[in-house]
Amino acid sequence: MIISIASGKGGTGKTTVATNLAISLGKGVQLLDCDVEEPNAHLFINPVFEKRSVVAASVPEVDEEKCTLCGKCSEICQFKAIVVIGNTVLPFQELCHSCGGCMEVCPEKAIREGERVLGIIEAGHRGDLEFVHGRLRVGEAMSPPLIRKVRSFTKPGGITIIDAPPGTSCPVIASIKGADFVLLVTEPTPFGLHDLKLAVGAVRILGIPCGLVVNRSDMGDDRVWEYAKEENVPILMEIPFDRRIAEAYSRGQLLLEVMPEWKEKFLQLYERITELAK
Amino acid sequence: MKELVIISGKGGTGKTSILAAFASLAEDKVLCDADVDAADLHLIMNPTVKERHDFQSGHEAIIDSEKCTQCGLCRDLCRWNAVREDFTIDPLDCEGCGVCVYFCPERAIDFPIKTCGEWYVSETRFGPMVHARLGIAEENSGKLVTQVRQEARKLAEANGFQLILTDGPPGIGCPVIASLGGAKVVLIVTEPTVSGRHDMERVAQLADFFRVPVMVCVNKADLNADATSDIQRFSEGKGYAFLGTIPFDPVFTKAMVAGKTILEYDNHSEAAEAVRKIWQGLAGSMEFHEGR
Repeated sequence: MIISIASGKGGTGKTTVATNLAISLGKGVQLLDCDVEEPNAHLFINPVFEKRSVVAASVPEVDEEKCTLCGKCSEICQFKAIVVIGNTVLPFQELCHSCGGCMEVCPEKAIREGERVLGIIEAGHRGDLEFVHGRLRVGEAMSPPLIRKVRSFTKPGGITIIDAPPGTSCPVIASIKGADFVLLVTEPTPFGLHDLKLAVGAVRILGIPCGLVVNRSDMGDDRVWEYAKEENVPILMEIPFDRRIAEAYSRGQLLLEVMPEWKEKFLQLYERITELAK
Repeated sequence: MKELVIISGKGGTGKTSILAAFASLAEDKVLCDADVDAADLHLIMNPTVKERHDFQSGHEAIIDSEKCTQCGLCRDLCRWNAVREDFTIDPLDCEGCGVCVYFCPERAIDFPIKTCGEWYVSETRFGPMVHARLGIAEENSGKLVTQVRQEARKLAEANGFQLILTDGPPGIGCPVIASLGGAKVVLIVTEPTVSGRHDMERVAQLADFFRVPVMVCVNKADLNADATSDIQRFSEGKGYAFLGTIPFDPVFTKAMVAGKTILEYDNHSEAAEAVRKIWQGLAGSMEFHEGR
């Protein structure tokens, strides 16, 4: 069972829901933080990390001895990542999407695979909970390959909870594609609703069942509930604003640590998800 | 031309509400929403769209089943596993690299240009605005960010304005990188939480990397006074101008629900006072002045 937690708008409480759901379920659960640009789940989970690996993208390196400046590499490259200027060939490795076209097309086999570091992956645990996250290298633009690498840690047969990045474009798709269920966390404000609609659109393109958590459910207006009803998106949990929750969050504490009675609600949330994901 | 870009690293710290409030205060400026992935500024600005343009970027491979002999070369070459069992291409997995198109022995793969969204030039009660809508699940958000920023610049020049206020995206990836180049200054709006602090450090590092001067303010500052002081010390230690704090104030949500800036909603709220002070600091350091 793979549950991705997404939102559209940032700061609605994805990480709060992902971490508390994972800790409530406990044994046999994996939490993968796929918000590799700004990973935060570890700040609340405080895992012991055991493994750390560098993730790199394949980029062209040109052997100038062999290169005849025929220009086929720059012709095939859709991303302007390799160009022939005068009597030299210049790879722009930061623009490279790692499609391998230039290496494949080069008649002289003058291009070999070099590496551009995308970021790192750290894996560890907190008690019975397995935790993995990616950290995009600052300055690196492309997060989806690193996200896919984090997801490669998914263990079939268990419960995998994915904390997705905000938005609705490629990093989000990379974090929710292939999930059994997408849990969308929103807030009942005009921004929350607007971005929720985009997120529901993305989930529907992928054909994945989804449900809602309304966070700070008493701050805003009723339009999220109206929308959910019209669109038949079930509301699975409501978390009212509580300054204690906000302050605990600010210190890096789990909701469960200050209000343990929420554990039962997160377990019920999981039950509802398993029913809807069938 | 001076462009102020507001970023945060972490989402939901109040970037858009604060930029909207600045729009109430600054004169002779163009507004630019560079958070094309989940654009929200228009919900407060209520723009009247004057021009609508398609955003075209990248290509998409499509196999012509009439010509395809199912030789499988495309599948061997595709690094995105985008070629399905039935020799169609999953558009969500296709990177638009064109390798399959180039090598297909039957020339059976079309490669049309993609329309990934729209961008708009609009008029608002606070002046002209450039904004966009990236299609759901689309790529190339960085290029669309570059496009809206270029259009904002043109619009400012055409109007004889010296200032652009740009609402940036969250994170540190491709659209954020596209928001930073050529900016006069970035304002990082953060919050006094472990995640706000963690994320602002990464996005500040990114701004340093691109050599754009950084200024910092803390929203919802009273949620954790220690963390707020800690962010201030950190900022000053790094040489970032610390412009001040804004209290946690429900006026942000109320103004948003009303479709107003926090200054329009309640000009005397604590948050409004705080934002006004931050704006004065910004205006002073960017060498322009509010009002006339």
